[in-house]
Amino acid sequence: MTEKFVGRSVPRLEDRPLLTGQGKFAADVCFRGQWTMRVVRSPIAHGTIKSIDASAALALPGVHAVWTADDVAHIPPIPFRLTGLKALEPYRQPVLASNTVRYVGEPVAVVFADDQYVAEDAADLVELDIEPLPALTDATDEAGIYEAGLTTEPSVVRKGYGDIDVAFRNAHAVVSLELSVGRHTGVPMETRGAIARYDAARDVLEMHGAAKVPHWNRDTMAKMLGRKRDSVQLYEGHVGGGFGIRGEIYPEDVLVCAAALKFKKPIKWIEDRREHLIAANHSRQQRHKIRAAIDADGLILGIDNEFFHDNGAYMRTHAATVPDLAAAMLPGPYKVPAYRAVGHIRLTNKTPCGTYRAPGRYESTFVRERLLDAIAAKVGVDTVEIRRRNLIGKTAMPYTLGLETLGTHIVYDSGDYARLLDKALAAADWPKLQTDLRARRAKGEKVGCGVAMFVEKSGLGPFDTVRVEVKATGGVEVITGVASIGQGVETVIAQICADALGVDYKTINVIHGQTDRIDKGMGAFASRVTVMCGEATRLAATKLRDKALNHAAQLMQTSADRLDIIDGDVVRIGGGPSMPLSEVARALPEGLNAEDTFESAHMVYPYGVHVAAVRVDPETGGVAIERYVMAYDIGKAVNPKLVEGQIAGGLAQGIGGALLEEFLYDDSGEPLSVTFADYLMPTAHEVPPSTILITEDAPSPLNPLGLKGAGEGGTNPVGAVIASAIDDAIGIPGAVTVLPVTPQRLKALLK
Amino acid sequence: MKPAPFIRHVPKTLDEALKVLAEVAPEDGRILAGGQSLVPIMAFRLAKPAHLVDINEVEGLDRLHSDGKTLSIGARVRHGAFHKNVVDNPLGKLLTFVGHHIAHYPIRMRGTFCGSLAHADPSSEWCLVSATLDATMIAKSARGERTIKATDYFQGIMSTALAEDELLAEVRLPLLAADAKFGFNEFSRRAGDFAMSASLVTYTVKNGKIADAHVGVGGAEPSPRRIAEAETALNGQTPGDAAFRAAAEAAASAIEPLEDHQTTGEYRRDLVRAVVRRALENSQS
Repeated sequence: MTEKFVGRSVPRLEDRPLLTGQGKFAADVCFRGQWTMRVVRSPIAHGTIKSIDASAALALPGVHAVWTADDVAHIPPIPFRLTGLKALEPYRQPVLASNTVRYVGEPVAVVFADDQYVAEDAADLVELDIEPLPALTDATDEAGIYEAGLTTEPSVVRKGYGDIDVAFRNAHAVVSLELSVGRHTGVPMETRGAIARYDAARDVLEMHGAAKVPHWNRDTMAKMLGRKRDSVQLYEGHVGGGFGIRGEIYPEDVLVCAAALKFKKPIKWIEDRREHLIAANHSRQQRHKIRAAIDADGLILGIDNEFFHDNGAYMRTHAATVPDLAAAMLPGPYKVPAYRAVGHIRLTNKTPCGTYRAPGRYESTFVRERLLDAIAAKVGVDTVEIRRRNLIGKTAMPYTLGLETLGTHIVYDSGDYARLLDKALAAADWPKLQTDLRARRAKGEKVGCGVAMFVEKSGLGPFDTVRVEVKATGGVEVITGVASIGQGVETVIAQICADALGVDYKTINVIHGQTDRIDKGMGAFASRVTVMCGEATRLAATKLRDKALNHAAQLMQTSADRLDIIDGDVVRIGGGPSMPLSEVARALPEGLNAEDTFESAHMVYPYGVHVAAVRVDPETGGVAIERYVMAYDIGKAVNPKLVEGQIAGGLAQGIGGALLEEFLYDDSGEPLSVTFADYLMPTAHEVPPSTILITEDAPSPLNPLGLKGAGEGGTNPVGAVIASAIDDAIGIPGAVTVLPVTPQRLKALLK
Repeated sequence: MKPAPFIRHVPKTLDEALKVLAEVAPEDGRILAGGQSLVPIMAFRLAKPAHLVDINEVEGLDRLHSDGKTLSIGARVRHGAFHKNVVDNPLGKLLTFVGHHIAHYPIRMRGTFCGSLAHADPSSEWCLVSATLDATMIAKSARGERTIKATDYFQGIMSTALAEDELLAEVRLPLLAADAKFGFNEFSRRAGDFAMSASLVTYTVKNGKIADAHVGVGGAEPSPRRIAEAETALNGQTPGDAAFRAAAEAAASAIEPLEDHQTTGEYRRDLVRAVVRRALENSQS
């Protein structure tokens, strides 16, 4: 395949409708006669529901119905999509709380009304009598009682290999740390939304506003509502950001679907921002107690980590995914001969959790990189040298880690970690940076720099299927079961298809996220789309090309090997008459199309290095990021500009978690961060200019293009590198143990 | 995020506005000016006023005028009016400088100076300006007009001396001496956020010594106010690091800091020490 489009930063195909105001997001979907659904949420973190009185709400003009748990008793709790352990099942969330409420924001009733205003008025009138119970807000406290026979520790994630006891017995020294990561979430610009309608004529239930994993959600919704799979269809429109949290099945999605079936009316629910911050998945809150056994040179002999994962009030669709990934990905790019991780999954009376961009890895990279810094301090070498000593070498690839996650064995497929470290340090002008900072520190400024390294995972299988069709009317359609959450799927898939087939990428229409257009699909998560769907597209487009050439050869009375496809025309090599692909398609009764599937049992592992320089204001505890460099090896960048976009956006979210964002609760479980005045997202002012270095030194051997995913490398190590740079600035190794580093926390460290 | 039902009144004259306000005040009637605080809290249903008296079409309330001694700021004058220098006096420059710290551009184009004062958020920059410069508030109602001194006006977090039927029709700021210096500094977690502490200072220099020092602190206590201890530490001293540090220390000691789940009293004092010293260091004429 000639690379005409792959590897180039061609403009996004998605941009025209979005930039001209033609985008269609969930809230833009309207059906005649629709009712608005408003959720009545528990104001109490933990309590027993004594009664719910909806009479005043029902009396309000424009109100059609109010549902409580009894009305949805036939609907089972929401099942797990990933990493579902049997022991977690009793902790799944019901779509409406029946006897017990477990977090502030838990749906206890829903109001159906003519419009949003009436619905909100009515929701205010639903009287809740909830008797409070003591709230559990700290996952590191003794495990408590969840309900009769169940504790608040449903399961413990255990992973390891090698002889950890021997490692510690033989250690020259042991380094121990206690580290905490705050409670964060992805906050997409578009809040969640779901619009359901039932078409009695076709006996089809439609749900619009789907995202991320429409096919899995369709299958699950059908099961939960007792319907045939094909009688439920999900439709993805434009999606204003995913980040892990958007597009999972939540109670509200099920409720709109159930109500559309019941009332035979279109039902629309659009989440407001306050709801979003207490109802959509939270993530990341963990506390780690980690120890490393090291030799005299600072080489790691073993790592022993115990951590507490605060999953909030229920186990949602991701089940044990986040703590599992935290445990599995913690070793990172270093040789760790013996390893043990014990992750306590804990339930608390807070918003339930799921994944958030670089799930488990933002946390464990912070922990591991803090550990490396501490080892450096212990041995008396600098933070770069300690990493060099411990890195897994290029010749060790592929490297079998000896751990499993997401149903796969972790095998680092390719990588030259030391080389990327060199490149990142060169891009940051590291020796000069250090000299400059040292000179400024000598004059009293609190400035410093840090480096952090990580291995990401991407391209989760097990498969993706793509169908490519040349339309008789011209143009090419690619139909896939992946989803677009704003990352540029249409452009990237079109680029790959264009090169494989021999057409202009702009002539390709990529259809995604529509369950009625393709039977199966895995969706968009875990940085999987470019790898899995990209390769499936290449396979299907290649098949289609062969098919087209064979048929064209007959039509053009020549042999296929004398033909080529250039810019959508079948041409004779060396010149002569040509024929548009659409004409070949018209000549075929069955049309010109091909389908293929790419299967992969292993993930692919990109890796990266971040370098940061910060300035600490010793009087206020404020932190300013002065320099930021990100180097990321993703094997092959299909569209470097889109990769840069991913990395730059990821950095903003990483900075939020490192310095600003934190869901706080008081002791009674009352959430304190329910608006953007309290949950502080970084703005353009807080995100510094950055240098992005995309490298292609280690193409994946697991797919012909060498692709690795690029979605999460901008976020993964930000907490780690900011912590390291702050330590350096204030001259206290190991000072930062808690994320986010708020000004007040930093000021306290300086005293 | 939809407000509870309310009735919006749109008077065209001040008399009409005051009359309507008098009628609806007992039913939690509120003035709507820029709406940059009131509308969000209505959307959250933290406030559910049954009536809004929208003054955006009331004649004369957009007056911004100086008589050579004071600057009068009408109830419809928006923050953005101060993006440019509105009076040939150091006060004009002060208002431009401070005004740029208020939230973000779109908010400044809508929110009003008097609205900020009526809302009386402890962190408000304009409240700090009014307290520091000894502003006079002109409150009007159907019952008549009265003037309120800044020291009487601010009565705690989002609490003022205004009666429920009174409109803050105008704020009068005294012009500064022609050679006055001013300095301002605030600390917030993000650009444009409510300041966790802020300080505005003004003074003149007579024979090399500081005179007529005003040291205001906002965001640290329930209301912004002048800190007499800090002013005493400055007056009669030579402008410079020693005097500025002494004043900052005096201010940090003098305040009774607000505490919340994010902010201890000790940290608030640290911030006050920093912002007062920086305001003094940055002071200019």
